[in-house]
Amino acid sequence: MHTNNHNPKSLQRISAMLMRYTYLLRNSWPRVLELAYWPTMQMILWGFINQFLITESSWVAQAAGLFISAVLLWDVLFRGQLGVSVVFFEEIYSRNLGHLFISPLRPHELIVTLLLISFIRTVIGVGAAALLAIPLYHYSIFAMGLPLLAFFANLLIMGWAIGLFVISIVLRYGLGAQNLAWAVIFAVAPISGIFYPIEVLPAWLQPVAWSLPSSYVFEGMRQVMIDNRFDFHMFTMAVGLNILYLTIGMLVFLTVFRIARTKGLILNAGD
Amino acid sequence: MNTTLYTDTVIHVTKLSKQFGDIRAVDDISFEVSKGSTTALLGGNGAGKTTTIAMLLGLLLPSSGNISVLGQDMLRHRYRVLERINFTSPYVDLPGRLSVRENLNVYARLYAVPRRSYQIHQLAEELNITEFLARPHRSLSAGQKTRVSLAKALLNQPEVLFLDEPTASLAPDSADRIRHYLQAYQQRTGATLFMASHNMAEVERMCSDVIIMRQGRIIDRDTPARLISRHGLTNLEQVFLEVTRRTF
Repeated sequence: MHTNNHNPKSLQRISAMLMRYTYLLRNSWPRVLELAYWPTMQMILWGFINQFLITESSWVAQAAGLFISAVLLWDVLFRGQLGVSVVFFEEIYSRNLGHLFISPLRPHELIVTLLLISFIRTVIGVGAAALLAIPLYHYSIFAMGLPLLAFFANLLIMGWAIGLFVISIVLRYGLGAQNLAWAVIFAVAPISGIFYPIEVLPAWLQPVAWSLPSSYVFEGMRQVMIDNRFDFHMFTMAVGLNILYLTIGMLVFLTVFRIARTKGLILNAGD
Repeated sequence: MNTTLYTDTVIHVTKLSKQFGDIRAVDDISFEVSKGSTTALLGGNGAGKTTTIAMLLGLLLPSSGNISVLGQDMLRHRYRVLERINFTSPYVDLPGRLSVRENLNVYARLYAVPRRSYQIHQLAEELNITEFLARPHRSLSAGQKTRVSLAKALLNQPEVLFLDEPTASLAPDSADRIRHYLQAYQQRTGATLFMASHNMAEVERMCSDVIIMRQGRIIDRDTPARLISRHGLTNLEQVFLEVTRRTF
């Protein structure tokens, strides 16, 4: 009966938690629909803007589907972050954290589960919107090829890092802070160069923008789409920053988890 | 801490304290709980019962002191024992959107329970929850939720079972059945039960040992029978009222 941190048991616990979140999706078709609804609406809106600006702007006209790609990739970041935070909020809403953390589930196993479920939710949500763009605008983001995978992975990881930061704040300060889940990501949007180059930003703001992996991804995306060139420097900068931020996100969560155990926040989470 | 010291003592608490700001919720308490016993932790609101149980489970870190459960230091090696203990409380919920079966299935996997389906089926039969296994947990009555929470707590056949108000919200006949079930479980497995309850008749009937807390301290401890006779009263409720209302 002695229990050590055997990997098979760890994997079993992660699979148990994945199952828990899959049940949640399976039991509620509106939730699945909602995953794809907002990315699809965004894609449709920006698709029309893209179509209009192609005739009005030589910059936009350089590449078909520039804004559609941008908005879909932005949604990867957005959904990746929400996939972590909203799923964690479910545990707080259901006042289940006490049961979870007296079970053998380790905090890092919960983190791994949240990241995996975030990946699944993002693929469902953004994937559906990307597929719909093909018949609607005759544009396939998948034509970008391998660089798309690099952009997707980097934005997803950045979303995870922000998500871990958000759930740490909520675990520490309670559900009153849950609006951060939306607020933080929209604070990042204007300085990520989603729809315009970073050089458009005021000089003092550009260093801030270049401290975000998303800026490198969206600049890199435009280079692929306009110049047909994958910039490895941009890619490695995004990867490096993501490793840094994800590590910080995990450490912040584990630190806050310990604070929660010190202050008795786990049993009271949800109050 | 020497992990081999307390072979017959499954819970060993030494000089345990918990401070929240200016409030000393638990104040330098020490006690031991023997294997196979049923111990009740009694006290009024704010006495420190929940804080003590949360520390025993590892959900709350003490300000000072040591806790050993099943021979393991809970501050350093809690993951070595979490698979062997469990907890039920009407104040900690299960995910409401999942069905009862789904909830039990998730927790059975978390505890690496062998023959999960069989174990869930057995517990459902024994705790009379089979008929609502397919229902969403949120649709259950408070009493039904209490039984489901107990099923969750028994999935891993815990060696130490922590119970917070185990029969809260239950109708008298259901409560009686649950008490019988817990006693039978204990006899069958030799498990140790550690419970917080406000139901003095329940404590008198089930417990071999009673710890009474007030303002974070242990103010009395004995078997129910000895507590009653020592205080010259007729039942545990009177003892509880006398002890907890006494001014120091």
